[in-house]
Amino acid sequence: MQLTLERVTQRVGAQIWLHEQSIAPRAGAVTVLLGATQAGKTSLMRLMAGLDAPTTGTVRVDGRDVTGRPVRERNVAMVYQQFINYPSLTVADNIASPLRLRGEKDIEGRVRALADKLHIGMFLDRLPAELSGGQQQRVALARALAKNAPLMLLDEPLVNLDYKLREGLREELTQLFASGDSTVVYATTEPGEALLLGGYTAVLDAGELLQYGPTSEVFHEPVSLRVARAFSDPPMNLIAATAVATGVRLADGPLLEVALPGDARAASTAAPDTLTVGLRASALKVEPAPGDVALPGRVELAEISGSDTFVHVHTAVGELVAQLTGVHRFELGAHLTLHLDARQAYVFDAAGRLAVAPRWRKGH
Amino acid sequence: MARIDLDLAHAYRANPREDADYALLPLKMSFRDGGAYALLGPSGCGKTTMLNIISGLVAPSHGSVAFDGRDVTRASPQERNIAQVFQFPVIYDTMTVAENLAFPLRNRKVPEDRIRQRVGEIAEMLDMSGQLDQRAAGLAADAKQKISLGRGLVRSDVSAVLFDEPLTVIDPHLKWQLRRKLKQIHRELGLTLIYVTHDQVEALTFAEEVMVMTRGRAVQVGSAEALFERPAHTFVGHFIGSPGMNFLPARGHGGGLDIAGLTLAAPRVLPDGELKIGIRPEYLRLAATGAPGAVPAVVTQVQDVGTHAMLGAELAGTRLKARLHADVAPPAIGDTVWLQVLDAHTCYYRDEELVA
Repeated sequence: MQLTLERVTQRVGAQIWLHEQSIAPRAGAVTVLLGATQAGKTSLMRLMAGLDAPTTGTVRVDGRDVTGRPVRERNVAMVYQQFINYPSLTVADNIASPLRLRGEKDIEGRVRALADKLHIGMFLDRLPAELSGGQQQRVALARALAKNAPLMLLDEPLVNLDYKLREGLREELTQLFASGDSTVVYATTEPGEALLLGGYTAVLDAGELLQYGPTSEVFHEPVSLRVARAFSDPPMNLIAATAVATGVRLADGPLLEVALPGDARAASTAAPDTLTVGLRASALKVEPAPGDVALPGRVELAEISGSDTFVHVHTAVGELVAQLTGVHRFELGAHLTLHLDARQAYVFDAAGRLAVAPRWRKGH
Repeated sequence: MARIDLDLAHAYRANPREDADYALLPLKMSFRDGGAYALLGPSGCGKTTMLNIISGLVAPSHGSVAFDGRDVTRASPQERNIAQVFQFPVIYDTMTVAENLAFPLRNRKVPEDRIRQRVGEIAEMLDMSGQLDQRAAGLAADAKQKISLGRGLVRSDVSAVLFDEPLTVIDPHLKWQLRRKLKQIHRELGLTLIYVTHDQVEALTFAEEVMVMTRGRAVQVGSAEALFERPAHTFVGHFIGSPGMNFLPARGHGGGLDIAGLTLAAPRVLPDGELKIGIRPEYLRLAATGAPGAVPAVVTQVQDVGTHAMLGAELAGTRLKARLHADVAPPAIGDTVWLQVLDAHTCYYRDEELVA
């Protein structure tokens, strides 16, 4: 199903919730809406569902104008942050409800198949309240999937679960989305979740749609500093810089040899320190390689995620965060030199537009 | 400050018989005087019961709690001299920041000049020196929680400070600053700190030693490195890391290891019989066809997770994950790849316990 939002806006009183934007989530694929809280994800999703009408603009389904048509006239399945189930119905009846509503056949068999797929087959006779949070959200997901709607909208469906449950369920959902042909829109605040879901990503910030494209491409080639900020966890390291003949010079720091486009160079020489160099945490290492730029500093903290260590280092160019694979211990205040391959640096011009992006491996 | 020794079990029902009847299965544990510890596990694992037993809110049904060798099993939290910090700020809105911080000291009739000095020190550590005369009511949630932390830390004579998920209400981008503060404060004050959380980042970042718990059992006590490199139990391998450790069923027999129809030479002495091979996605790498210690698997998934690619592969019904280095060209879905499952980082488990 092809959903198209054309130049939609959403205003409530004097407040603009969505600035004018157009988006056509890729049919049959997953589109992630990525942004912080209040970025406009839920507002946009409500327009897609037909729960709200846009203040201006048009919503089309397969070319048909459905602007202002209520949700019940559209074939949409929704899953929310909070686990919403019918408390007095068993798990089986919860999952079966959309099928009964449509008077479908072989309801029992389909409920069983969906429940097995989501690992809740053993709870079919229980009430939702007798299940854990993760299991309740599985019931809500199974019910949404039972609808087999051409458009499926999920608003931060895993946010209220423990991270291990989140990890397992996200993996299962990714596979279910890939095997189905529904158009899926999935809102999240977590860049890592967007990457794991793959597909396409729309980056939202303060009610604006900043970029829409294949998830890998948006991550590796953010069109602006704002997109790079929103699509980076931990936050991208940002350093003011000035163009010089052979590259860019970091404020109070070393030279990075990067090939800067002519217009960005000209604008920068006129106004020093108006460029921004962006370094992802994974671009900073503790082991030097030939040609690397050294950034000496002191350890502020080593945060350990279980798979990675994020070491915060105070350097002459500011506070930097480096991502190291595995678990590493650092004493607070210890000397540590970070190393950087200049080819891993992003450069943004004075207007915050992308001027240089590191090369990346396309197509997987 | 005190050294805390636990030798106990706890059941909320009388006459427990099976493991499932216990909220805490029998355990022995010592918390070193001045150490920083975390109790980590999913909801329902028993970590809060454990904290309540240490603080004196709950008396264990079996065994004892000792502070510096003195039996305190039946003593109240006041008698044990415990300070606690909870999930949500517990402060007086009508008081200033300074009055809030001073409250536990005034209660104990500490001399005023000593109070002023200590409140000044704690405020300095928490970067709240500039806010001492401000009323607590107008502050943001994270500032209020900082006051709660300060109140927990302000008395230097406590046996231990217990934290129950103290960063729940803190904005994600402020969390790391408070984690840093807590570490600095631990180093400067030398208090015995015990921190309960379900969040592995908080536990691994804060604590010198982490106790990992599941279903009422403490399955490992160790440093972050130990939990990552040598998980003592398969649950630890699974729970620490995202994604967790890969496990592959195997069978040992006379120096060989049968894995999915292949026999590999065991790289070290292993017991015969059913085993599980554990290797973390961070250590599982691509190998040449037929390489010693490698097995073939079919690629089912390749995810670009930004900083690297995550490979999903299947071998005889077992799914494996491998984090590929950015320099390695990822294979295509459906390809058969050889994965180095046996190397120096491989752990071997029998009945879920580490054996080699």
